[in-house]
Amino acid sequence: MEQILKILDIEGVRLAVGLLAVFLFVVVNALILTWAERKVAGHMQLRIGPKEVGPYGLIQPLADAMKLLGKEIITPRNVDKPIFYLGPIMIFIPVLVAFVVIPFDSYLQVRDINVGILVILAFSSFTVLSILMAGWGSNNKYSLIGSIRSIAQSVAYEIPLLLSLLAVIMMTNSLSLKDVVVAQKGIWFIFLQPVAFIIYFIAAVAETNRTPFDLPEAESELVAGYHTEYSGMMFALFFLAEYTNMFIVSAITVTFFLGGYQGPFLPGIVWFLLKSYFLVFVMMWFRWTFPRVRFDQLLNISWKALIPLSFINLLVTGGLLKL
Amino acid sequence: MTNYIPVLIIIIFAFLIAALIVGASSILGHKISKKTKLDTYECGMKTIGPTRMKMNIRYYLTAMLFLIFDIEVMFLYPWALVTGNLGMFGFLEMLVFVIILLVGYVYVWKKGALEWE
Repeated sequence: MEQILKILDIEGVRLAVGLLAVFLFVVVNALILTWAERKVAGHMQLRIGPKEVGPYGLIQPLADAMKLLGKEIITPRNVDKPIFYLGPIMIFIPVLVAFVVIPFDSYLQVRDINVGILVILAFSSFTVLSILMAGWGSNNKYSLIGSIRSIAQSVAYEIPLLLSLLAVIMMTNSLSLKDVVVAQKGIWFIFLQPVAFIIYFIAAVAETNRTPFDLPEAESELVAGYHTEYSGMMFALFFLAEYTNMFIVSAITVTFFLGGYQGPFLPGIVWFLLKSYFLVFVMMWFRWTFPRVRFDQLLNISWKALIPLSFINLLVTGGLLKL
Repeated sequence: MTNYIPVLIIIIFAFLIAALIVGASSILGHKISKKTKLDTYECGMKTIGPTRMKMNIRYYLTAMLFLIFDIEVMFLYPWALVTGNLGMFGFLEMLVFVIILLVGYVYVWKKGALEWE
């Protein structure tokens, strides 16, 4: 173990191992989550969910991925080709970048950048850009409406998201994710910042376009929104990005509010994954509990409730810290 | 500086991987192109009117409000980072800043810029 850690300290080796591990994790995570989503959905509706392929249907997502790989990539006649192709490719970038700074354990982090959370937040804005590219490039009405909605939604929920994390940063005085975790050695920030936690989680669900905030893709009215025209592996890339984003926002919630990799008895990574996947499960649970909100309600929740609330939370935190 | 090299490398890596996936799929996948298959999807109908239609003005309003608030929040980040060392003065200074921001926010609300009908 000691020797392995020593080898990992060499920069190039660490980076190469990190890259490979991150990529493998993203793929495996997406496979597990697609399976889990269908299984959770099934059980919540008193069905069994996938069960034919492999034990408990575990191989099902792999079979689906193989099938998607064999599908034709249809390029409709009227699309803007460069933008149409770049959309799904670009959406993959922020997804991988976020994993550079997420601390899975005290030593399992590709790089501890001192502005870690800013890196994640800055690159997560990339997602909006690629959704816009997909929507505009597709030259399809549904795609365009979906992507415009997606932008209005993402920008509305980005402000409470930033502000709720800010309240925690005031307490840690550091943007590095590792410092935030270490600062929670005594007490988790969910107990000191319960309002910020709730705001962050709501905003995070909205940022990942999950039900009840899934208006950009609203299957039943926009036929999947911005990825209507995509097929085969390009569609799979959007899917991959969505499921990985679910994990990323959960991982950030765990890092900022639930003590990160800290916990008794079990090794840090186990705790980290347990907490993260529990939050992912909560997001799947939301999907079968809440109906989709209307678009004006969606924006009002953010502009009229979450933003003032997060500003008050910020000022109260600042005031209490000074007393 | 060296801190950000992994980020740069992973951006290039992600781009290449994603391009590779799409490339592999386009080689491995079927290629049965019929004329109607390449039409823009609109529930099986011929598309009606221009695709890039006009959007509700409120979307632009939301975007502009976002710009203002986002930049304000970005001002708050460096402050939050050093708030431990600033003392009471630093806090009051920021309080004034946020209150000015909130006055603007109340104005926007009363003007009805946040209403969707």
